[in-house]
Amino acid sequence: MKGTRRHIRLRGRSASSVALRATLAVLVGITVAGFFLLDTKHLNVARAGARLLKDLGSMMTHPAALHFSIPEALKAILVTLCLGFLTTFLGAVLALVFGLFAARNLSRPGLVAFLKGLVAFIRAVPTVLWVLIFAIGAGLGSVAAIMGMTFHSFGYLLKAYSESFEEIDGEIIEALKASGANWLQIVTRAVIPSSMGPIISWTFMRFEINFTNAVAMGAAAGAGGIGYDLFMASGFYFNTGEVGTITWLILLVAILLEIGATRLKRTQHVQR
Amino acid sequence: MAILEIKHLSKRYKDVTALSDVSLKVHAGEFVTVIGRSGAGKSTLLRCVNRLVEANAGTIEFDGVDVRALKKRDLRHLRTHIGMIFQHFNLVPRQTVIENVLHGLLGYKSTLAGVLGLYTAEEKEKAFDILDRVGLEDQVHKRCDQLSGGQKQRVGIARALIQEPHLILCDEPIASLDPGSAKKIMDRLQRISRDMNITILMNLHQVDVAIRYSDRIVGVREGRVVYDDDAKKLKKKTVAEIYGSEAEEILFEEQAV
Amino acid sequence: MSTPLAVREVLVRRNLTFLAGLAVVGALTVGSSLVTDFSFSAGIASIPKALGWMAVNFIPNARALRALPNIGIKLAETVLVSIMATVLAAGAALVLAILASRTTRPHPAASAVVRLIASVCRNIPVVAWAMIFLLSFGQNVLTGLLSLFIGTVGYLARAYAEAIDETADSAVEALHASGASWLQTVAQAVFPALMPQLTSWMLYMVETNIRDATLVGILTGTGIGFLFDVYYKSMNYSSAALVVIGVVIVVIAIETASNALRKIIL
Repeated sequence: MKGTRRHIRLRGRSASSVALRATLAVLVGITVAGFFLLDTKHLNVARAGARLLKDLGSMMTHPAALHFSIPEALKAILVTLCLGFLTTFLGAVLALVFGLFAARNLSRPGLVAFLKGLVAFIRAVPTVLWVLIFAIGAGLGSVAAIMGMTFHSFGYLLKAYSESFEEIDGEIIEALKASGANWLQIVTRAVIPSSMGPIISWTFMRFEINFTNAVAMGAAAGAGGIGYDLFMASGFYFNTGEVGTITWLILLVAILLEIGATRLKRTQHVQR
Repeated sequence: MAILEIKHLSKRYKDVTALSDVSLKVHAGEFVTVIGRSGAGKSTLLRCVNRLVEANAGTIEFDGVDVRALKKRDLRHLRTHIGMIFQHFNLVPRQTVIENVLHGLLGYKSTLAGVLGLYTAEEKEKAFDILDRVGLEDQVHKRCDQLSGGQKQRVGIARALIQEPHLILCDEPIASLDPGSAKKIMDRLQRISRDMNITILMNLHQVDVAIRYSDRIVGVREGRVVYDDDAKKLKKKTVAEIYGSEAEEILFEEQAV
Repeated sequence: MSTPLAVREVLVRRNLTFLAGLAVVGALTVGSSLVTDFSFSAGIASIPKALGWMAVNFIPNARALRALPNIGIKLAETVLVSIMATVLAAGAALVLAILASRTTRPHPAASAVVRLIASVCRNIPVVAWAMIFLLSFGQNVLTGLLSLFIGTVGYLARAYAEAIDETADSAVEALHASGASWLQTVAQAVFPALMPQLTSWMLYMVETNIRDATLVGILTGTGIGFLFDVYYKSMNYSSAALVVIGVVIVVIAIETASNALRKIIL
């Protein structure tokens, strides 16, 4: 119907767009309020910022290594990589077994729900707290670090593996069931081999994350490795150059791992 | 009077030649359809006209203007006179129908007004009228991702029409539609061409549809024009040439002249 | 049809590959254990100790309950810092993503530079950023905020750029064809298409950042991480355990709200 239309509304009014706008408004509002609420202890932000820029500049141009040599630094990186590997390995083994029970097409709903709830709890405790809890009994060191980190490795890989298992064509499982195979046979002959590609890809992605975690645990929870050196360089020796060198090394390894993970992910998509 | 004149157009992508010495004249108010296999160069040809794709050689004259020589701002101005509709509709999914239609006017508005989405009352009225004309007056505030394929393409057509274009480029407009919706869209485009005297240059792979609705057909094969004549004169043998198959293998009925 | 011999060859080869893989993994495991001084038996032995500790201390005693108000304040501070870092990072990442995305980039060189910056921000662990900022900002809540901010920018810039390429591609083409300018296209085609993804990612990053904030807090002497560290080092285990419970409750609450919102929005 034509006629004098003073105001034509343009936007839609769905639940989705209302929720969207409300969420953004709340988050932004909290952020703005935060600037007034945070206690920055009379820090001179301008001066700190200037110092920061100077630090970044000197880190890029004058890396130094006073308290360790390059071979020692490389060994520290190796330690950190090994910590990451072990926790990934443990997490993967556990997740492979329990992942079968967390897959909806292979297990009972009750068990699936229980495992998902358990993982939610596990993931809610930050990794550093898990490690420190274990350190009470095992002391600060690689044992506590690896055991503590494995919780999140397990949680992450359980979700990844079980979802890969769930993606398997139900008809394949049906066919094997119909020919008389039992659950264990179906799992070992069909389910796991078919999911090998995604499993390897996800596991490597977790290894990438675990390297970062191992660095963090070295810095904050006494796990050793390059993270410990980083903590000492900054919090103990206050040596900008050293912090720079260590950061460069970590960056290099992290980028290599990311490239590896992306390549693996791409072979996945090509295969499918 | 030729509204669009293409002379010796060529385009290469790395080691693939998409267009090779293509020349074509389109007259005002004509309904011209380009047919050919996928990858024959139809899409590239269309996109060279409004420079979504940059040709390597040749000239394109639209309304007497050398398209390839235009600078950025003049190119944008030229594009406001050329509408385009797409196989996959190319709408902004979460926005409403009327918002999508108004996007057609962005080229006419200042940057600031366009960025903030400030449309005048007249512009909104215009959008409303066009939507009324394409039969979507009841869907004005619906989100585009909730529409059917035929409805989405009508939004696309409305978006092109609000530009008051002299030429509408149609890149496989019915390829994603079921036969019923496809016919409705083709009927509508034909009506627009006749009633509003708008020139239409379209890509299609359905030869029978092309013959039924077009004034003229251009057959393209491997980047070259192999046929350029009245739609009704198209012979089965020529279609076979265009599609590179034996005449018997093609689903096509010659028109009785 | 393959002969029985050929079939057997394939199976044998597959089994060999499998065994070879197993051997490699085994060797790496043994090697890593040596390098890191890790023993599986010590690991297994630590489990009952940890479970025991949790069982005993997760029931708060009087001392822990007295610490509750303090814990609440620090938790709130940590959540606040997470949200602030995420929101600010999302804003910066949006600008970077527009520059980096194939669909909206003004120039391929700009895109390459931005992607490099995002990669560096992302691949230097938040912990390392914290150690860097510690030198200039000291033991201050801003140190943590900045570290989380930089890490989140690196992550979101890539996520948003990919989202732009996936969702806004076709609409951008249409708007260009009708004569809209670059800025108009970004505002009218990219923004609205990107908003739901943008918000969904933001909610996800708030969750992740709360966990990182706890870690960074230990190193920068702020937030709930620091509080845990204080109780831990003074062997006030019941209060430390209460901190853990507090963090779990907050994370699960935010995760639940976040999941519900994301379902409505997307």
